[in-house]
Amino acid sequence: MQFKININGRSTICEAQPEDSLLEVLRRIGIYSVRSGCETGNCGVCTVWLNGTPVLSCSVPVARAEGQCVTTVEGVSEEAAALVEALSEEGADQCGYCAPGLIMAVLAMKRELSMPDEEGIAHYLNGNLCRCSGYRAQMRAIRKFLCAEK
Amino acid sequence: MKNIGVSVPKVDTAALATGAPVYVDDYPKLPGTLYVKVLRSPYAHARISAIDTTRAKAVPGVAAVLTYKDAPDIRYSSCGGSYPESSPYDRKILEQTVRYVGDEVALVAAETEKAAERASRLIKVEYELLPAVFEPEESEESGIVIHDESDIFVPAQPAGYAPEKNQISCFKVNVGDVEAELAKAEVVHTAMYETQAQAHAMMETLRSYTYLAPDGRLTVIATTQAPYHLRRQVAYSLGLPIGKVRVIKMRVGGGFGGKKVAVTEPLAGLVTLKTGRPACLILDRQENFSATTTRHAMRMQVTLGADRDGTLKAIRIDNYSNTGAYGEEGPAVTMVAANNILPSYNRANAISYCGRTIYTNIVPGGALRGYGATQGGFALECAISELAAKLGMDSYEFRLKNMARLGDVGGVLHSEIKSCALERCMEMGRRMIGWDSKSRCKVVDQDHVRALGVALTTHRTSIPNADKATVTIRLERDGSYLLLTGAADLGTGSDTVLAQIAAEALDTSAERVCVRSGDTDYGTYDTGAFASSTTYVAGNAILKAAEKLKAMMVQSGAAKLKCSEEEAVFDGTKVFVEKSPEQFVSLEQLGSISEGGAADQLIASATYSSMLAPLTFMSGFAEIELDIRTGKIKLLRFVSVADCGKVINPALARVQAEGGIMMGIGMALFEEVHRSETGRLETDSFMQYKIPCREDVPPDCIQVEFVESEEPSGPYGAKSIGEASVHTVAPAIADAVYQAAGIHLRTLPFTPERVLRALRERKHEN
Repeated sequence: MQFKININGRSTICEAQPEDSLLEVLRRIGIYSVRSGCETGNCGVCTVWLNGTPVLSCSVPVARAEGQCVTTVEGVSEEAAALVEALSEEGADQCGYCAPGLIMAVLAMKRELSMPDEEGIAHYLNGNLCRCSGYRAQMRAIRKFLCAEK
Repeated sequence: MKNIGVSVPKVDTAALATGAPVYVDDYPKLPGTLYVKVLRSPYAHARISAIDTTRAKAVPGVAAVLTYKDAPDIRYSSCGGSYPESSPYDRKILEQTVRYVGDEVALVAAETEKAAERASRLIKVEYELLPAVFEPEESEESGIVIHDESDIFVPAQPAGYAPEKNQISCFKVNVGDVEAELAKAEVVHTAMYETQAQAHAMMETLRSYTYLAPDGRLTVIATTQAPYHLRRQVAYSLGLPIGKVRVIKMRVGGGFGGKKVAVTEPLAGLVTLKTGRPACLILDRQENFSATTTRHAMRMQVTLGADRDGTLKAIRIDNYSNTGAYGEEGPAVTMVAANNILPSYNRANAISYCGRTIYTNIVPGGALRGYGATQGGFALECAISELAAKLGMDSYEFRLKNMARLGDVGGVLHSEIKSCALERCMEMGRRMIGWDSKSRCKVVDQDHVRALGVALTTHRTSIPNADKATVTIRLERDGSYLLLTGAADLGTGSDTVLAQIAAEALDTSAERVCVRSGDTDYGTYDTGAFASSTTYVAGNAILKAAEKLKAMMVQSGAAKLKCSEEEAVFDGTKVFVEKSPEQFVSLEQLGSISEGGAADQLIASATYSSMLAPLTFMSGFAEIELDIRTGKIKLLRFVSVADCGKVINPALARVQAEGGIMMGIGMALFEEVHRSETGRLETDSFMQYKIPCREDVPPDCIQVEFVESEEPSGPYGAKSIGEASVHTVAPAIADAVYQAAGIHLRTLPFTPERVLRALRERKHEN
């Protein structure tokens, strides 16, 4: 079957089975920033935006994205640049596997919440797991990013 | 020093938000790639009496279904140990006997993952069930023999192989006369401590992609911490000469020891050899939990003796380590549980340790950050706090009186302690947490008590007489450098740290050093990223290679300047005549000379073999709030101060420590492991197995500081940070809980259920 999805601003025809997850389909067309972490919607690694709202692409059937707008980190590179720099300065990226999902969640948070406090940030990003960093360096970077943006 | 002690951003950060193909699964799939699924045993111990693959093979798109009949008759170890190895060669890629729920039964390779999945369900297997055993003490006595094969190769050290009681090894340490010291001791404490089979839970599951290169060599695209060990294991398991295998390490999505073990690579490699086609095997999260490796669960009886003045006299530890169905890393982990931890209290008159490594029918143990030292440290540090309590001493003061110091030598120490800032680590941590021995405990309200606890640890930097690294540095034509290393950056930032060390040694900046690592064809052997070794071992190799290269550059420059080598000086940008600096040869010119004319290329290699393995020291302080009603422990703050020698990159060292502490928090409070009665791991997803999330501890809970010592054998004085950071968390929390409620928690993790049970028992006792 064919699905027509707007991916990062470009109308794209994707060949897929209806039960395929959005994650599988995005990877198949070469969007490698979207990665699988757990297949059960627990880890946040595969976070992308569906019409601007963060979703776990492992748990979104591709059919749900038909005719919709999907955004991955490739599509927000300018918006993400300062955050990437902050993460890098703190050494917070470590293995880097969870980074694109985290970046998508942070950018969505920034749009949704005006200057969240530390608890607010932790709450919003609680579903984005990281086994390397212990979160502190990420949180320092995110705080730095939000303050600079303001 | 312009490159050392500087938080240079990681060299691999650029690809972070671009979706660049950097991980194994991003590697472009070659035409004809097969996707592999593994059929796994539903039984903890069984023998395959019949296996019918006809229906599976008939599924459209299926290229191969492989069973034990198709696998090489070669017993190997999936553990990557340095020579001399300590793990038994006790597994085959596929075998007629299966030894735990999750053990490999068959491999299905198909054009699509879905076809492979479907076909794997159509394989008909008949099993003859064998009795199974899950706990090491039972295993010894059970009469059930898990490995009765005659072709197991068991290394001579550590000794103690006794298959009839499922024992791989029994490692002993004996310093002084423990029994006599315990008999004389005025106060004796003894108790049993138990740690769980923690999961690595790295975000990228284990996986590999294999193909035959045009020259016929098997190429393994790998997410590995030890490319050279992996190459050897893959070659051996498949019966190939080592030279016929090439391992290329991609960016590693988290390892923590779990990617030191060759789990998927021999399987994918077998498919490629059998079919001639590229093979991709990606474990799903459930397999990653239940069919790879875990931290070794241990049960340790610790007995300590002291005099009333608080002098620790004797330490005795009897350890049963559960290595599960296969012995990978098992014997060495049991050794490290002693060797990396006992140095903390080397001043005791007598120390004895007996560590048994026992097979059972559970998921195999393996390397996990800490490698036994976390378990040993938990038991010993909890016992130390309990002994202090028994003596009526403050647990901080007791440690201060008995812990290791600079200049200590002999006993269980491998080498003299030539750098040690442990006392300052303790003092700084004490100040940061606000330790006051008189008010370590504060009642908040009727149900909540706040309290402080402490622990300390040591951890060896690298494995002495085993870890080795070779590096090559070459001057490029533009005056920059290429550093080739076999070291394996697994996200820790070692490529960056090694670039900094090379830059400092060559008097340049880190961005002028291009690091290439992790390809076994580069020619530079490295043990791999484990045992807290890379900065120290590869870093030292870089210093040696840089000295050689500098001498070559001076020689080359002197020839060009027509002066003697003694008259020529290298300052990082040029070689000049010392007495007339206007006569010089620039690095770029040297680079050109290196590539042209009759001169030798300016390239130098050097090897460093770790012989001393200096100790890193760390203190840990916990502030908790205990809810007496629910048994919930809330960690308010965890302060840790490290002496890892000179800190090469403060930002990266800090993240290593913070990440390790968080892993320790998970182990202490959340990461519970459950098995069914039939031995199936039930905690096999992120829904059942909880790793720490952002909201689990308050903001700024984890606070890390460094107190630098100068390790004479370390590159610019550096030691290690990767593993020591995990060890102090659980025992410091246990110490705090005792202060809060008078209960001793001795089994990990400290779930509310366990805390409530202990509170109830205490009530009964009173």
